[in-house]
Amino acid sequence: MSADKSNIARQFIELIPHSKALGMQIVSIGDGLAEIMMPYDERFIGDPKTRVIHGGAVSALMDTCGGAAVMCHPDAPAGTATIDLRIDYMRAATPGQAITARAEVYHITRSVAFVRATACDDDTDRPVATATGAFTVEGR
Amino acid sequence: MPRKAPEPVQIVKQRRDAALNALVSGVPYITFMGISFDRRGDEVTGVLSFDDKLIGNPMLPAIHGGVTAAFLEVTAVISLSWAYIWEDFESGALDVEKMAAGDLPRLPKTIDFTVDYLRSGLPRDAYARATITRAGRRYASVQAEAWQDNRDRPFAQATAHFLMPRPD
Repeated sequence: MSADKSNIARQFIELIPHSKALGMQIVSIGDGLAEIMMPYDERFIGDPKTRVIHGGAVSALMDTCGGAAVMCHPDAPAGTATIDLRIDYMRAATPGQAITARAEVYHITRSVAFVRATACDDDTDRPVATATGAFTVEGR
Repeated sequence: MPRKAPEPVQIVKQRRDAALNALVSGVPYITFMGISFDRRGDEVTGVLSFDDKLIGNPMLPAIHGGVTAAFLEVTAVISLSWAYIWEDFESGALDVEKMAAGDLPRLPKTIDFTVDYLRSGLPRDAYARATITRAGRRYASVQAEAWQDNRDRPFAQATAHFLMPRPD
Protein backbone atom coordinates (compact mmCIF):
# COMPACT_ATOMS: atom_id res chain seq x y z
CA MET A 1 0.00 0.00 0.00
CA SER A 2 2.64 2.47 1.07
CA ALA A 3 5.00 1.29 -1.66
CA ASP A 4 2.20 1.79 -4.21
CA LYS A 5 1.62 5.30 -2.95
CA SER A 6 5.33 6.08 -3.21
CA ASN A 7 5.33 4.79 -6.79
CA ILE A 8 2.32 6.91 -7.74
CA ALA A 9 3.93 9.97 -6.12
CA ARG A 10 7.22 9.20 -7.89
CA GLN A 11 5.51 8.89 -11.27
CA PHE A 12 3.56 12.11 -10.73
CA ILE A 13 6.67 14.08 -9.71
CA GLU A 14 8.64 12.73 -12.64
CA LEU A 15 5.95 14.02 -15.02
CA ILE A 16 5.98 17.63 -13.76
CA PRO A 17 7.17 19.70 -16.73
CA HIS A 18 8.91 22.39 -14.66
CA SER A 19 10.72 19.89 -12.45
CA LYS A 20 11.93 18.16 -15.61
CA ALA A 21 13.03 21.52 -17.06
CA LEU A 22 15.17 22.05 -13.94
CA GLY A 23 16.61 18.51 -14.25
CA MET A 24 15.28 17.37 -10.85
CA GLN A 25 15.79 13.71 -9.93
CA ILE A 26 14.11 11.84 -7.09
CA VAL A 27 16.70 10.36 -4.74
CA SER A 28 14.19 8.75 -2.37
CA ILE A 29 10.49 9.03 -1.62
CA GLY A 30 8.12 7.41 0.86
CA ASP A 31 6.22 7.79 4.15
CA GLY A 32 6.08 11.56 4.14
CA LEU A 33 9.78 11.97 3.36
CA ALA A 34 11.25 13.00 0.03
CA GLU A 35 14.71 13.75 -1.26
CA ILE A 36 15.18 15.44 -4.64
CA MET A 37 18.39 16.47 -6.38
CA MET A 38 18.88 19.33 -8.84
CA PRO A 39 22.16 19.30 -10.80
CA TYR A 40 24.15 22.53 -11.28
CA ASP A 41 23.26 24.19 -14.57
CA GLU A 42 24.68 27.48 -15.89
CA ARG A 43 21.22 28.44 -17.19
CA PHE A 44 20.04 28.73 -13.57
CA ILE A 45 22.71 31.25 -12.50
CA GLY A 46 21.23 34.15 -10.53
CA ASP A 47 24.35 36.22 -9.94
CA PRO A 48 26.67 36.42 -12.95
CA LYS A 49 29.56 37.68 -10.81
CA THR A 50 29.59 34.75 -8.39
CA ARG A 51 27.91 32.15 -10.70
CA VAL A 52 25.67 31.14 -7.80
CA ILE A 53 22.31 29.49 -8.64
CA HIS A 54 19.27 31.80 -8.41
CA GLY A 55 17.14 31.57 -5.26
CA GLY A 56 14.12 31.00 -7.49
CA ALA A 57 15.47 27.64 -8.67
CA VAL A 58 16.06 26.67 -5.03
CA SER A 59 12.44 27.71 -4.26
CA ALA A 60 11.18 25.48 -7.09
CA LEU A 61 13.24 22.58 -5.71
CA MET A 62 11.94 23.14 -2.16
CA ASP A 63 8.35 23.41 -3.37
CA THR A 64 8.56 20.24 -5.46
CA CYS A 65 10.23 18.34 -2.64
CA GLY A 66 7.66 19.55 -0.09
CA GLY A 67 4.79 18.55 -2.38
CA ALA A 68 6.40 15.14 -2.97
CA ALA A 69 6.68 14.54 0.78
CA VAL A 70 2.97 15.31 1.18
CA MET A 71 1.94 13.08 -1.73
CA CYS A 72 3.78 10.06 -0.37
CA HIS A 73 2.46 10.47 3.20
CA PRO A 74 0.31 7.51 4.28
CA ASP A 75 -2.48 9.85 5.53
CA ALA A 76 -2.63 12.04 2.41
CA PRO A 77 -5.01 10.59 -0.15
CA ALA A 78 -3.97 12.25 -3.39
CA GLY A 79 -3.01 15.65 -4.68
CA THR A 80 -1.64 18.69 -2.92
CA ALA A 81 -1.09 22.38 -3.51
CA THR A 82 1.17 24.82 -1.67
CA ILE A 83 -0.59 27.22 0.70
CA ASP A 84 2.56 29.04 1.76
CA LEU A 85 6.28 28.49 1.73
CA ARG A 86 9.01 30.34 3.60
CA ILE A 87 12.62 29.91 2.60
CA ASP A 88 15.64 31.04 4.60
CA TYR A 89 18.84 31.36 2.62
CA MET A 90 21.72 30.50 4.93
CA ARG A 91 24.58 30.79 2.45
CA ALA A 92 25.34 30.83 -1.27
CA ALA A 93 25.35 27.37 -2.88
CA THR A 94 28.81 26.45 -4.19
CA PRO A 95 28.92 26.93 -8.00
CA GLY A 96 29.29 23.63 -9.86
CA GLN A 97 27.69 21.49 -7.16
CA ALA A 98 24.24 19.86 -7.26
CA ILE A 99 21.68 20.92 -4.65
CA THR A 100 19.71 18.23 -2.83
CA ALA A 101 16.55 19.03 -0.88
CA ARG A 102 15.11 16.81 1.81
CA ALA A 103 11.54 17.44 2.97
CA GLU A 104 9.47 15.85 5.71
CA VAL A 105 5.83 16.13 6.69
CA TYR A 106 6.10 16.72 10.43
CA HIS A 107 2.37 17.10 11.04
CA ILE A 108 -0.73 16.38 9.01
CA THR A 109 -4.42 17.09 9.62
CA ARG A 110 -7.48 16.32 7.47
CA SER A 111 -6.86 19.42 5.41
CA VAL A 112 -3.31 20.68 5.97
CA ALA A 113 0.16 19.15 5.86
CA PHE A 114 3.02 20.96 7.62
CA VAL A 115 6.38 20.51 5.98
CA ARG A 116 10.01 21.23 6.84
CA ALA A 117 12.78 21.08 4.27
CA THR A 118 16.55 21.53 4.07
CA ALA A 119 18.71 22.02 0.98
CA CYS A 120 22.42 21.15 0.87
CA ASP A 121 25.22 21.05 -1.68
CA ASP A 122 28.25 18.75 -1.28
CA ASP A 123 28.93 20.16 2.20
CA THR A 124 26.03 18.49 3.98
CA ASP A 125 26.98 19.93 7.38
CA ARG A 126 26.10 23.47 6.33
CA PRO A 127 22.66 23.78 4.68
CA VAL A 128 22.28 26.20 1.79
CA ALA A 129 18.65 26.90 2.69
CA THR A 130 15.85 25.73 4.96
CA ALA A 131 12.13 25.98 4.34
CA THR A 132 8.83 25.55 6.11
CA GLY A 133 5.52 25.32 4.34
CA ALA A 134 1.86 24.45 4.60
CA PHE A 135 0.30 22.30 1.87
CA THR A 136 -3.30 21.35 1.18
CA VAL A 137 -4.46 17.76 1.68
CA GLU A 138 -6.81 17.08 -1.19
CA GLY A 139 -9.29 14.43 -2.21
CA ARG A 140 -10.57 13.40 1.18
CA MET B 1 19.50 83.38 -15.13
CA PRO B 2 19.71 80.77 -17.92
CA ARG B 3 18.37 77.34 -17.07
CA LYS B 4 19.99 74.17 -18.30
CA ALA B 5 18.03 72.73 -21.22
CA PRO B 6 16.27 69.50 -20.33
CA GLU B 7 17.70 66.31 -21.81
CA PRO B 8 16.01 65.15 -25.04
CA VAL B 9 13.38 62.53 -24.27
CA GLN B 10 14.98 59.82 -26.41
CA ILE B 11 18.31 60.17 -24.56
CA VAL B 12 16.54 59.72 -21.22
CA LYS B 13 14.53 56.73 -22.43
CA GLN B 14 17.50 55.09 -24.07
CA ARG B 15 19.63 55.39 -20.94
CA ARG B 16 16.93 53.98 -18.65
CA ASP B 17 15.98 51.14 -20.99
CA ALA B 18 19.64 50.23 -21.49
CA ALA B 19 20.25 50.17 -17.72
CA LEU B 20 17.21 47.95 -17.07
CA ASN B 21 18.09 45.68 -19.98
CA ALA B 22 21.67 45.27 -18.74
CA LEU B 23 20.43 44.41 -15.26
CA VAL B 24 17.92 41.82 -16.52
CA SER B 25 19.84 40.21 -19.38
CA GLY B 26 22.91 39.76 -17.18
CA VAL B 27 21.10 37.06 -15.18
CA PRO B 28 20.87 33.73 -17.06
CA TYR B 29 18.04 32.37 -14.87
CA ILE B 30 15.74 35.29 -15.82
CA THR B 31 16.23 34.43 -19.50
CA PHE B 32 15.70 30.72 -18.78
CA MET B 33 12.36 31.49 -17.11
CA GLY B 34 11.22 33.79 -19.93
CA ILE B 35 10.79 36.79 -17.64
CA SER B 36 11.01 40.32 -19.06
CA PHE B 37 10.36 43.78 -17.61
CA ASP B 38 8.15 46.67 -18.70
CA ARG B 39 9.15 50.15 -17.58
CA ARG B 40 7.14 53.32 -17.04
CA GLY B 41 9.44 55.96 -15.57
CA ASP B 42 11.00 54.30 -12.57
CA GLU B 43 8.18 51.76 -12.17
CA VAL B 44 8.97 48.25 -13.41
CA THR B 45 6.58 45.36 -13.99
CA GLY B 46 7.78 41.78 -14.38
CA VAL B 47 6.20 39.80 -17.23
CA LEU B 48 6.27 36.00 -17.15
CA SER B 49 5.55 34.73 -20.66
CA PHE B 50 3.73 31.43 -20.44
CA ASP B 51 5.53 28.31 -21.63
CA ASP B 52 4.73 24.60 -21.16
CA LYS B 53 7.92 24.11 -19.14
CA LEU B 54 6.44 26.32 -16.38
CA ILE B 55 3.65 23.81 -15.62
CA GLY B 56 3.62 22.15 -12.21
CA ASN B 57 0.36 20.22 -12.32
CA PRO B 58 -0.31 18.87 -15.83
CA MET B 59 -3.80 17.64 -14.79
CA LEU B 60 -5.27 21.11 -14.04
CA PRO B 61 -3.05 22.52 -15.67
CA ALA B 62 -1.44 25.08 -13.35
CA ILE B 63 1.85 26.96 -13.15
CA HIS B 64 4.39 25.32 -10.80
CA GLY B 65 4.43 26.87 -7.30
CA GLY B 66 8.20 27.14 -7.64
CA VAL B 67 7.78 29.17 -10.83
CA THR B 68 5.44 31.57 -9.05
CA ALA B 69 7.90 31.91 -6.15
CA ALA B 70 10.79 32.41 -8.57
CA PHE B 71 8.86 35.00 -10.59
CA LEU B 72 8.09 37.00 -7.43
CA GLU B 73 11.70 36.71 -6.24
CA VAL B 74 13.11 37.82 -9.61
CA THR B 75 10.71 40.79 -9.64
CA ALA B 76 11.67 41.70 -6.07
CA VAL B 77 15.44 41.50 -6.75
CA ILE B 78 15.26 43.45 -10.01
CA SER B 79 12.96 46.13 -8.55
CA LEU B 80 15.25 46.53 -5.54
CA SER B 81 18.45 46.66 -7.63
CA TRP B 82 16.78 49.08 -10.03
CA ALA B 83 15.81 51.45 -7.22
CA TYR B 84 19.31 51.06 -5.72
CA ILE B 85 21.16 52.09 -8.91
CA TRP B 86 18.61 54.60 -10.25
CA GLU B 87 20.28 57.75 -8.92
CA ASP B 88 23.72 56.57 -9.98
CA PHE B 89 22.92 55.96 -13.63
CA GLU B 90 20.68 59.03 -13.84
CA SER B 91 23.54 61.22 -12.56
CA GLY B 92 26.09 59.47 -14.73
CA ALA B 93 28.04 58.08 -11.76
CA LEU B 94 27.24 54.63 -13.13
CA ASP B 95 28.22 54.10 -16.76
CA VAL B 96 25.33 52.42 -18.59
CA GLU B 97 27.59 51.39 -21.49
CA LYS B 98 29.89 49.55 -19.09
CA MET B 99 26.83 47.90 -17.53
CA ALA B 100 25.65 46.76 -20.94
CA ALA B 101 29.11 45.30 -21.57
CA GLY B 102 28.69 43.11 -18.50
CA ASP B 103 30.13 45.24 -15.70
CA LEU B 104 27.07 44.98 -13.48
CA PRO B 105 26.60 46.37 -9.98
CA ARG B 106 26.50 43.75 -7.23
CA LEU B 107 23.04 42.38 -6.54
CA PRO B 108 21.20 42.22 -3.21
CA LYS B 109 21.22 38.78 -1.58
CA THR B 110 17.98 37.13 -0.46
CA ILE B 111 17.88 36.52 3.30
CA ASP B 112 14.41 35.03 3.42
CA PHE B 113 11.45 34.76 1.17
CA THR B 114 7.82 33.92 2.04
CA VAL B 115 5.20 33.30 -0.60
CA ASP B 116 1.43 32.96 -0.15
CA TYR B 117 -0.42 31.09 -2.85
CA LEU B 118 -3.84 32.71 -3.23
CA ARG B 119 -5.19 30.81 -6.24
CA SER B 120 -3.73 28.54 -8.85
CA GLY B 121 -1.63 30.10 -11.59
CA LEU B 122 -3.36 29.63 -14.96
CA PRO B 123 -1.49 28.57 -18.09
CA ARG B 124 -1.11 32.10 -19.45
CA ASP B 125 1.08 35.18 -18.96
CA ALA B 126 1.54 36.61 -15.47
CA TYR B 127 2.62 40.01 -14.20
CA ALA B 128 4.27 41.13 -10.98
CA ARG B 129 5.22 44.32 -9.20
CA ALA B 130 7.28 44.83 -6.09
CA THR B 131 7.09 47.54 -3.43
CA ILE B 132 10.15 48.40 -1.40
CA THR B 133 8.74 48.84 2.08
CA ARG B 134 12.07 49.78 3.57
CA ALA B 135 15.45 50.29 1.92
CA GLY B 136 18.10 50.52 4.58
CA ARG B 137 21.86 50.70 4.13
CA ARG B 138 22.27 47.01 4.94
CA TYR B 139 18.81 45.44 4.86
CA ALA B 140 15.73 45.92 2.72
CA SER B 141 12.14 44.71 3.06
CA VAL B 142 10.22 44.09 -0.12
CA GLN B 143 6.67 42.99 -0.91
CA ALA B 144 5.61 41.60 -4.27
CA GLU B 145 2.35 40.65 -5.88
CA ALA B 146 1.62 38.61 -9.01
CA TRP B 147 -1.57 38.58 -11.06
CA GLN B 148 -2.84 37.36 -14.40
CA ASP B 149 -6.10 38.58 -15.93
CA ASN B 150 -7.17 40.96 -13.20
CA ARG B 151 -4.84 43.24 -11.27
CA ASP B 152 -7.24 43.17 -8.27
CA ARG B 153 -7.16 39.37 -8.05
CA PRO B 154 -3.53 38.45 -7.34
CA PHE B 155 -2.70 34.71 -7.49
CA ALA B 156 0.32 35.04 -5.21
CA GLN B 157 2.04 37.53 -2.91
CA ALA B 158 5.42 37.52 -1.25
CA THR B 159 7.37 39.20 1.53
CA ALA B 160 11.14 39.16 1.40
CA HIS B 161 14.23 40.49 3.14
CA PHE B 162 17.47 41.26 1.38
CA LEU B 163 21.04 41.98 2.35
CA MET B 164 22.20 45.01 0.38
CA PRO B 165 25.62 44.99 -1.34
CA ARG B 166 28.28 46.87 0.57
CA PRO B 167 29.42 50.01 -1.25
CA ASP B 168 32.85 49.35 -2.83
